Amino acid sequence: MPVPCLFDQNKMPNLHEQLKAKLPEGVLEIHAQHGDETVVLRRANWIDAALFIREDPAFRMNVLMDLTAVDGRDLKWKPRFEVVAHFYSTEHNHRLRLKTPVDEKDAVVPTLTNLWPSANWFEREVWDMFGIRFDGHPDLRRLLMYTEFKGHPLRKDYLWNKRQPLIGPKN
Amino acid sequence: MALTPADNPLHPATLPDQETVIKRTRTESMLLNVGPQHPAMHGIVRIITELDGEEVVNADVEIGYLHRAFEKMAEQSGYLQVIPYTDRLNYVSPLINNIGYCLAVEKLFGLETTERAKYIRVIMSEISRVTDHLTCVGASAMELGAFTAFLYFIKAREYLYELIESVTGARLTISYSRVGGVKGDLPPGFRESCLGAIEKTRKEIKEVDALLTKNRIFVDRLKNVGRISKEDALAYAITGPFLRSTGVDYDVRRANPYLVYDRFDFEIPVGEHGDNFDRYLCRMEEMEQSFRIIEQAFEQIPEGPVLLDTDGTVMPGETMVDEAKMGRIENIRNVEAVIDPTLDGTTKVQYRNVETVNKRASLPPKEDTYGNIEGLMNHFKMVMMGHGIRPPKGEAYFPVEGANGELGFYIVSDGTDKPYRVRVRPPCFTIVAALPLILKGDSLADVVPTFGSVNMIGGELDR
Repeated sequence: MPVPCLFDQNKMPNLHEQLKAKLPEGVLEIHAQHGDETVVLRRANWIDAALFIREDPAFRMNVLMDLTAVDGRDLKWKPRFEVVAHFYSTEHNHRLRLKTPVDEKDAVVPTLTNLWPSANWFEREVWDMFGIRFDGHPDLRRLLMYTEFKGHPLRKDYLWNKRQPLIGPKN
Repeated sequence: MALTPADNPLHPATLPDQETVIKRTRTESMLLNVGPQHPAMHGIVRIITELDGEEVVNADVEIGYLHRAFEKMAEQSGYLQVIPYTDRLNYVSPLINNIGYCLAVEKLFGLETTERAKYIRVIMSEISRVTDHLTCVGASAMELGAFTAFLYFIKAREYLYELIESVTGARLTISYSRVGGVKGDLPPGFRESCLGAIEKTRKEIKEVDALLTKNRIFVDRLKNVGRISKEDALAYAITGPFLRSTGVDYDVRRANPYLVYDRFDFEIPVGEHGDNFDRYLCRMEEMEQSFRIIEQAFEQIPEGPVLLDTDGTVMPGETMVDEAKMGRIENIRNVEAVIDPTLDGTTKVQYRNVETVNKRASLPPKEDTYGNIEGLMNHFKMVMMGHGIRPPKGEAYFPVEGANGELGFYIVSDGTDKPYRVRVRPPCFTIVAALPLILKGDSLADVVPTFGSVNMIGGELDR
């Protein structure tokens, strides 16, 4: 069933195609489902692409709105994880989504903290919830969970009703 | 033997001179925990401050005290079952969360709701925004000692909560929005009661404005405190009134108009200095702009149905029941409904007040669900596991303007009746992340007004 689009296709800035033209070897896939322009990148080109969309006058993505991850274990994704970042440009008023697949065995992604400070907490949360490390992150601690927490709760193999051992008071 | 000054350690002659004292004094900074039990921290956040005298030289914020695994639980439940969870995100303006989530699911479907439902959603969102701003300004004024302002604002909030109660049947856990529309139509006479409540609220706001805006004590505590520059605010992905106070006029309602926000004439108040006082002014003005939107919405709102089916067609209640009748009756024929003692019909009268006139367009009252086959089937088709709504495979991000800034829902669908992944972009998360930067250089006493202007809502921050 074709999904109707709520957004005017003619008004879309086609950023995903521009980025693909710029980084042909780094882009795995592009789509604009529901009007959300999306670029799937190789992990090796994650920083290049981020730097490019931040600096290029046609993009000027000065806000990293959101950064999260998806665990594709139940959908048998290979590689298993996907890190998803949403960008916004206040200058052009457009949005772009960048994604990169991450393997379970080598779950490390270069950090975006140096480019957008907002990545700091977003990446800490992704580490906390999915166990994906961010290379070069200045302070990769758990954010929502406590230090003694075992496992990464938003992974699909973490059962929703799993119990954690009581840790008792410190001191 | 006569005593000499040397025998008395406290004798002025034996005390070291000032230079030696300064040399000997330890000059290390001091760590101070603010919260999680501090009343101004709302019980759910801990700020570890490093103090040099009274000045904050560094701060670390610890969150997660109210983590209730929203995103994990959303993956375990059907699309409609997530709606009540969203009430608990920002519990001061739950309607905006409700509507934001439903809009994201509708985007996955490619649905557009009916005109009337859009206007109802706008009206309810704006009422919520005002209640949120009233709470924020009132509470932060109270933390500075202005208890009167708090009482005025809570009184005003009560007028609006009564409106919300008359529409949704609840004050806080409203679960009003549905995928494809809203639960029920506005009750009769709502327009008059809403406009009346707005007038009363305006009076309260005017009163508080007179009490606070030119109050020397209040202004001195807020002005030039908690400053953040435009560039820093954008780098930290801060949105909402907090960003607008720095002079950036970013508002999702204007930048990416959703629902029918492009049809209203309203202004986006922006500040200049990015300090606590500008944020206070922004919030005060935004309430007035929300009232303007509500008034215009009442001028424009058309008659019509308030709910769609998931194919995008408007669905009258009778058709829905007929469809359910033709559906899998054998699946439910042998199921015996166990009637909960609290649902034996005693609350039926209250339901009549909040449900739509066309009762079968929305979830039926529980008495009907348990009491007759039409109600049961209607309910069954909409909410039961394996029967619920199934968006096509894909992913969608939908931002709405929450009271604190951009509230985004990123939903990944795998084509089943459960969302594969629901991610909330919480608006106050990024502001709290920037707190160390904002607090640095201010005095310890300034932590309280700055934190108040962040309007941190634990439910939305920790999810």
